[in-house]
Amino acid sequence: MANRIGVEVSIAIANAVKLANVDLVAAYPITPQTHIVEHLSELVANGELDAEYVPVESEHAAMSCCCGSSAAGARTFTSSSSQGLSLMSEILYPAAAMRFPIVMVVANRAMSAPISIWNDHQDIMVQRDVGWIQTFAENGQEAVDLTLHAFRVAEDRRVTLPMMVNIDGFTLSHVIEPMEMMSQEEADAYLPPFKPRYRLDPRKPVTMGPVGMPEVYTEAKVAHSEAIKKSKKVILQGWKEFADMFGRHYNLVETYRSEGAEVLLVTMGSISETAMTAIDKMRDEGQSVGLVRIRLWRPFPGPEFRKVAGKAKVLAVVDRCLPPGALCGPVGAELRSLFYKIPGSPKIFSFVAGLGGRDVRVEHFEEMVDKARAFAKRRPKELYDVIGVREK
Amino acid sequence: MIPEFENFKGFKIKNIPKDEPLAPGHRACQGCGEVLALRMVMKALGKNVIVCNATGCMEIITSPYPHTAWRVPWIHIAFENAAAVASGVEAGRKALRRKGRIPKKHVDIMAVGGDGATGDIGLQWLSGALERGHDFLYVCLDNEAYMNTGVQRSGCTPYGAMTTTSPPGKKSFGQVTWKKDLPAIAVAHNIPYVATASPAYFLDLMNKVKKAALVKGPAYVHIYSPCPTGWGSAGERSIEFSKLAVDTKVFPLYEVIEGRYIISRKIKKPKPVTDYLKGQRRFRHLGEDHISYIQKRVDADYEKLVKLSEMV
Repeated sequence: MANRIGVEVSIAIANAVKLANVDLVAAYPITPQTHIVEHLSELVANGELDAEYVPVESEHAAMSCCCGSSAAGARTFTSSSSQGLSLMSEILYPAAAMRFPIVMVVANRAMSAPISIWNDHQDIMVQRDVGWIQTFAENGQEAVDLTLHAFRVAEDRRVTLPMMVNIDGFTLSHVIEPMEMMSQEEADAYLPPFKPRYRLDPRKPVTMGPVGMPEVYTEAKVAHSEAIKKSKKVILQGWKEFADMFGRHYNLVETYRSEGAEVLLVTMGSISETAMTAIDKMRDEGQSVGLVRIRLWRPFPGPEFRKVAGKAKVLAVVDRCLPPGALCGPVGAELRSLFYKIPGSPKIFSFVAGLGGRDVRVEHFEEMVDKARAFAKRRPKELYDVIGVREK
Repeated sequence: MIPEFENFKGFKIKNIPKDEPLAPGHRACQGCGEVLALRMVMKALGKNVIVCNATGCMEIITSPYPHTAWRVPWIHIAFENAAAVASGVEAGRKALRRKGRIPKKHVDIMAVGGDGATGDIGLQWLSGALERGHDFLYVCLDNEAYMNTGVQRSGCTPYGAMTTTSPPGKKSFGQVTWKKDLPAIAVAHNIPYVATASPAYFLDLMNKVKKAALVKGPAYVHIYSPCPTGWGSAGERSIEFSKLAVDTKVFPLYEVIEGRYIISRKIKKPKPVTDYLKGQRRFRHLGEDHISYIQKRVDADYEKLVKLSEMV
């Protein structure tokens, strides 16, 4: 294994895409995704990556181009953020339903208005139900590892679905971190060549994307839904072999000092590192708290989450998204339905924090834990609470 | 001149390919000029092609799962993005060919869409693909409105035409705008080949499509496609209207090869536009003043085309 070297996370992700030996990258620039695609463009320009870089005229075209490329049998990558992700949203659906194993890194960013280039998870939560496999990285190393893993899972014949790796914009995309990069030989050993089941080829014509009459539409949707549920096994297998080869272990959900904890913070993405610091502080003070981090968001790892969090009394769920008019944040809502009517299950409260790049510090996590405890005793009016909001 | 054209002798009545890459048994309306044009397009292209179809009549009528009318590889993703999908097919295949993962042999790639998919909702995607220089042809089958959704006006709907969203009424005479000049927009991208074609002149149509496929880089063919359902015209008169559109100068046939305009069919003795307008329900409400305006503008547009063709 190579030494750890300091590199910007976006550059490292681009290098991981290069190690995956992609055939085509189609992308449109949007902050904070830009460094990933700039570096890929550079790798292609220098001949270090033998791929087509298609500088499309919009994110919608990026995803459309990716569909065409993947249908032609090419290993395909793109990256986007925020407004761009929303613009390509229409095509995210057929990309998944038509089973194109495209890999996309999303540098998560707030949605306009007001326009904000900074990080939260509102962009991806809007795309929650597009039918892509979705993971969240905590740090740069994980972002790199999940990217390579994504190609393997997406292209596995048992899965054949597109996959998104979510990284927090700026807090991950633009930081320099010491990381281990695998060699090309190691990457090749981990990731077999892409062998699509069908491709657009005049020698064997296929019709892709036909009209679905009411007699077949439901079945098509159910087939897609079943496929994404079944992908969990392949995802885990991919991580197991990753651990065997590279020594880094990944799970559907991760825990930190959660054993026997009364209150569990639930996080996704890079915010989890600050949360761990907060847990350490609270544990030192004798509080019974721990952390559960969701790595796989779609398909949602329900049983696995229940297993690690089911015995806690209270879950303080951090939502990086405030859906106006909803009962609570999306992660909170997911967990509430997971535990609904299960006897002895924890009380669940959603804490909306870190919108549009607002810092979430150790004291904010302490506040969430305190509030969650209080809410458990006396049910609040709302199922969510916005942390750190200024009154005036 | 374009070197790829040198060995192309052209289709003649005697050598029209027998192959039907677009099979019969699809669900088009009786007298549909669009599917007839598409059939000729496919005859010209043969089977060594990948088709990227925009959402629209042609996509709907040819692909109700589990049936398909396509004997060639075909993909449909959405309404506006056929050109971008074709970009991906083309570029993806380019990488795969270079890496030795698919045969070196050239395969034509066609994006095809209606006038709305091409010139309204899909204009950006078309522009992007033409500008980037992908080796593909784009075929616009122009039936002059959104027929698949029930005859709503598009940017390509002709002046005065009645549609469900440009209805004539006490304060309206139908479509108030002049037809958007999509071939001119394609020409503005400085691509090697642009042409207009009509199913009435089917050999000309097939030759243009073949040239568009042969040329290296992007090519654009704009095909007039009568729609009896949307136009309120008799199904058996689709070819007649196609011919009249050319003979009245309403839809002139021309090529633009490397920026040079060549009129394919010079109209020396044009018929009056009324010959074309009458018999189509979409125009029947038009009074003298509108018809004479149409005549003037048609003449002026044709004159402009003649001027362009005289420039060397």
